[in-house]
Amino acid sequence: MATAELGGRRTPPAVAQPPREDISSWPLIDRIAYWLCWATGIALCAIAAAIVLFMLVKGISYLRPSLLLHSPAPSLHQSQSGGFLDPIIGTLIVTLIGILLAAPVGVALAAWLSEYGRPAWLARAVESSIEMIAGVPSIVLAIFGLIIFSQSFLGFLSSQASDGAVTAQSFLVAGIVMAVLALPLVFGATREALSQLPARLREASYALGKTRATTTWRVLLPSIRPGIAGGVVLSMGRIIGDTAIIVILLGTTLKNEPNGGVPVLGTLRGTGSTLTSYVYGNSPAGEGNAPQKAYAAAFVLLMMVLALNALVTRLTTGRTPRSSRPFPGARFWPLGR
Amino acid sequence: MDSMLPPPVRRIALDRDPTVAPARPPVNGAPTATPTAAPVAARTPRPRPAGTLVSERMRAESVWLAYGENWVVRDVSLPMRQGEVLALIGASGSGKTTFLRSLNRLTEITAGAARSGRITLDGQEIHELEVNDLRQRVSMVFQQPNPFPMSIFDNVAYALAERGRRRRRRTPELEEAVADALRRAGLYEEVAGDLDRPALKLSGGQQQRLCIARALAVQPEVLLLDEPCSALDPISTATIEELIVELRESVAVVIVTHNLQQAFRVADHVAFMHLGELVEYGPSEQVFDHPTVQRTRDYISGAFG
Repeated sequence: MATAELGGRRTPPAVAQPPREDISSWPLIDRIAYWLCWATGIALCAIAAAIVLFMLVKGISYLRPSLLLHSPAPSLHQSQSGGFLDPIIGTLIVTLIGILLAAPVGVALAAWLSEYGRPAWLARAVESSIEMIAGVPSIVLAIFGLIIFSQSFLGFLSSQASDGAVTAQSFLVAGIVMAVLALPLVFGATREALSQLPARLREASYALGKTRATTTWRVLLPSIRPGIAGGVVLSMGRIIGDTAIIVILLGTTLKNEPNGGVPVLGTLRGTGSTLTSYVYGNSPAGEGNAPQKAYAAAFVLLMMVLALNALVTRLTTGRTPRSSRPFPGARFWPLGR
Repeated sequence: MDSMLPPPVRRIALDRDPTVAPARPPVNGAPTATPTAAPVAARTPRPRPAGTLVSERMRAESVWLAYGENWVVRDVSLPMRQGEVLALIGASGSGKTTFLRSLNRLTEITAGAARSGRITLDGQEIHELEVNDLRQRVSMVFQQPNPFPMSIFDNVAYALAERGRRRRRRTPELEEAVADALRRAGLYEEVAGDLDRPALKLSGGQQQRLCIARALAVQPEVLLLDEPCSALDPISTATIEELIVELRESVAVVIVTHNLQQAFRVADHVAFMHLGELVEYGPSEQVFDHPTVQRTRDYISGAFG
């Protein structure tokens, strides 16, 4: 019977693995380069693991729940200097202000540049300006912010002495300058995601008699929501991790000091600190000299940034399996940069 | 879109000049390939109820189209009539798609595209119409199904939304309009159960019918189809072909196709283009059974293309 014959043949034949490429035939220089590539890769993993492990050991051993719930106190003795509740809140406030300003502006700029981009000279100018801002070190941005926001007509953003001198140090000022820092990241992610969208999506909308504005607002931007979210989260990590702007524009006071009696506005106009400046201040290099708390705070900071990175990966690759993604553009880069 | 470079010219009939149409009485210096005002073919590929009204909606007169310095459509004149299907056939690079896209001014989104000649919609030059109005009256379905990444309902509702209105509330009228468009595209029965399903979860053929529904939702006068079945399997293709034949009653249908059998099955009139020129135009029976130009004969018999 044919079926029996077929059934008899069901046992798969032994699979012969093709021999792997042998590098012994390569020129010596290529072999050395090959081993160096291996070595650097392993070294990188080792460094990453060392950072996490070291901070984990140091951080967890000093971390107490009370540290997260108490404000810092001025004391030379570590056991009495309180926790870092205020820096955590400070970090959240600065990040929130920065993102709330940077996200809409960045998305709008990217949409304008990629969908309209006219006149061409203006588009080119905008593009190079953003590239320029992306390259400015944050300490330079901070000094620039100090000059701008110490103008007396901008005194309402921070505190102003009776003689008219403006401190240019407040959550508002730091948040605004952080927004400038974050802008290129949101812009870049949005623009990249827009450029990855297939042309047929735009054509489909234009062919229905929809304007560019409608197309952008109703079709393109909703399609790249994961891309925008990725850019936003990425720039949040950037804001959380920045120290220079905080040190110069937030005052790095021990506690968040409201300026004036109005509840929320007072805090926003007042000075304070964030986790980065707290770590700096309490590290052996700073004045506080409470290294244990610096380690604990650094650990919390690291965890926040790692969590955000994980969120970026989740948002950009998505929960959906690769095959059911709407189109290649649904996955886009900003991770790599 | 077809490549902007013309394909290599293949010599196919050595004894005659392949690109020149046989002498036809020129009418008042009109272009060489004047469309013959032929009556609807007596033998159409698919029967239709007698007495269908055939009326001209669009007309192209001596249309030349260029991308930059490249003239990709040369002196094409064609009428497009409601009540019949016009098929544009020809090899890649013959300018069919470019010509089709110029009918609702989609060529304009390509930088460097230029046009001369007249294209009229109900007697009015399309350049004098507001471009988005024009595209609603002359809507288009593309080669690749391209539903928006939204729900089935929203895909059609988006097409229906009035200009400047962000989001329309889901009123019973809107639901009825969406259902009507889906019904005309022959998709309603299949998706009625769950209109909130993401459109991208549909099969390729369903996606393409959704795109047709979307294009029909704007109540166009002319429906342009750019190789609508080339990415689909034979069964989806058959469904869509049937649909096209039904649709010609209410809209003028222009279809670009590489598939000669498809052109034969759906078209009432056929225009054969080669290297940007209109070589032959006539009732599909005539073009397929008794082509008057050698080049058409060669293309239809499979000598090239």
